[in-house]
Amino acid sequence: MDQLTAVWEWFMMESTWRGSGIDPGILVRVYEHMSMSLQAVALAALLVLPIGLYIGHTRRWEFAAISIGNFGRALPSFGILGITFFITTALDVPGILGFWATFTALFLLAIPPILTNTYVGIKGVDADTIEAARGMGMTEREILTRLEIPLAAPLIVAGIRLATVQVVATATLGAVVAWGGLGRYIVDGLARGNDVLLLGGAILVALLAIVTEVAFGVLERIAAPRLTSQKKRVVAGSRSGQLGPAA
Amino acid sequence: MTGDVMISLKNVSKVFDSAEGSAAVHDLSMDIVRGETVVLVGPSGCGKTTTMKMINRLVEPTSGEITVNGTDVMKQDPVELRRGIGYVIQSIGLMPHRTIAQNIATVPELLKWDATKVKQRVAELSDILELDEALLGRYPNELSGGQRQRVGVARALAVDPPVMLMDEPFGAVDPIVRERLQDQFLDLQDRLKKTIVFVTHDIDEAIKMADRIAILNRGGVIEQFASPEEILRSPANDFVKQFVGVERGLKRLALLKVSQIGIEEGPVVSPEAPIRDAERAMEKFDYDWCSVVEDGELLGWVDRESLGGCLTVAEAQARPFSAYVTHDSTLREALDSIVTSRTQVAVVASGGQRYVGILSLERISKEIIS
Repeated sequence: MDQLTAVWEWFMMESTWRGSGIDPGILVRVYEHMSMSLQAVALAALLVLPIGLYIGHTRRWEFAAISIGNFGRALPSFGILGITFFITTALDVPGILGFWATFTALFLLAIPPILTNTYVGIKGVDADTIEAARGMGMTEREILTRLEIPLAAPLIVAGIRLATVQVVATATLGAVVAWGGLGRYIVDGLARGNDVLLLGGAILVALLAIVTEVAFGVLERIAAPRLTSQKKRVVAGSRSGQLGPAA
Repeated sequence: MTGDVMISLKNVSKVFDSAEGSAAVHDLSMDIVRGETVVLVGPSGCGKTTTMKMINRLVEPTSGEITVNGTDVMKQDPVELRRGIGYVIQSIGLMPHRTIAQNIATVPELLKWDATKVKQRVAELSDILELDEALLGRYPNELSGGQRQRVGVARALAVDPPVMLMDEPFGAVDPIVRERLQDQFLDLQDRLKKTIVFVTHDIDEAIKMADRIAILNRGGVIEQFASPEEILRSPANDFVKQFVGVERGLKRLALLKVSQIGIEEGPVVSPEAPIRDAERAMEKFDYDWCSVVEDGELLGWVDRESLGGCLTVAEAQARPFSAYVTHDSTLREALDSIVTSRTQVAVVASGGQRYVGILSLERISKEIIS
């Protein structure tokens, strides 16, 4: 109980938030953490969404999509970070120590869920509906933009949510390779034997992950296509069991 | 066939390289005339769907030539080609996230019609297909199977294409709804005169819908291509005979109209006539009953028993016939009338109760045998 009180007091101090000395404070750390995470996810999405759409629509290279998905799920985050840190230091990549190692690891981690969900979502759109659309004279692009993407949208957003939540949680490890973010509190707390710092950092990371999850939950609802004239919406993904790999 | 050719297949073959799950077609040729409904029918694996899909290039022929309205389909942009051909499939494939109105408006919107024109056309089509206006704002999963089917047809008709391809369009609904949709579609086709290629595995549907039927066999070859009547009358070979099935004679009856065969005069007597006249009429035709007709108006019938003790026919109280047939009735209906009536003939009347004559079982049977 004493420790909880101490953590509470720590959170109540202005210097904890605004920083003092070499400590930049929680606000800066949260900013670092989120900006790194979101950029890594954004880059991954930018690169992987078109690939997922292509594979789902054409059904070519399906094996690659499935393999990357499975491979990604099996990879230990810490392991990737170790490798990227080794490579970036070996190559003498400029910039803040640990930044590129962390960024690269997070970027790689974000790829599998986005790719798998996009591919599965597009592939899951009813084949007869697509055939009818093609038979009516829709171009492949029109089939993708007017039919497949709207119907797969909830699943695609779910993939981005999975990636973001995982990346936000994993960004904590950046502190191990000397980068900042909220992981700093945990790593420094452990190193100095400062339980208040350790616990405070852990709480912050957990909260941030939950906020991310909730925010994307709202986005998913917005992305869901309307399938009924009733006020109550039917969410596409929940309508039938064939969708949803790891949602 | 007379009339100009709308769709022509010349020595068309389709070979699939691996087990793609589609049936092959071998050296198939047929001409489809403007305004006719050609039904492709055959067992599964006979290539009927493949043949149809080659017309709008959903499947591309390995060899041979297909022309629609004189133009080689392979020399056209497939998207342009398809926008000019109505397409209906068994599962319909309405877009679940679009309202019924939006679904019907799919092709007009692809062609960038202005909003007023689209709206007008949707209203027109829902009127033609008897779709309640309240349905237009609903989503596909809120409609019954029959309603969805009609929306599918409305969508295919949206830009008034001269050609329609229909792959088992009424296959997914129950028999009662199917029959209603078929009748409705026949009425529609009477007015619209589209050139239709219709695929089904159901020979009865083919007989009902077709101007001409092409019976396909496994491997994608045509066994017979003729009118339903001709296929039933003289099947080209054992395969066709077997595919058409038993009751060939009965099925033909449904295609032939009373007006197509000779109607017999039958025993007739006027109500004022003496009993002797009635007896003479009965003897002449070897019946034990006689129609009572006054100034061409059919009053009913009398038999020897009811005439007993009467002086004139009028006294005998003519009994009404339970059913009449008209010139437009099918022989099947006439047959039904024969087997359910006491007099064992079908009475043919026109314009209400004007007596025309009678049809006997012998007469119908002779027609079927010839």
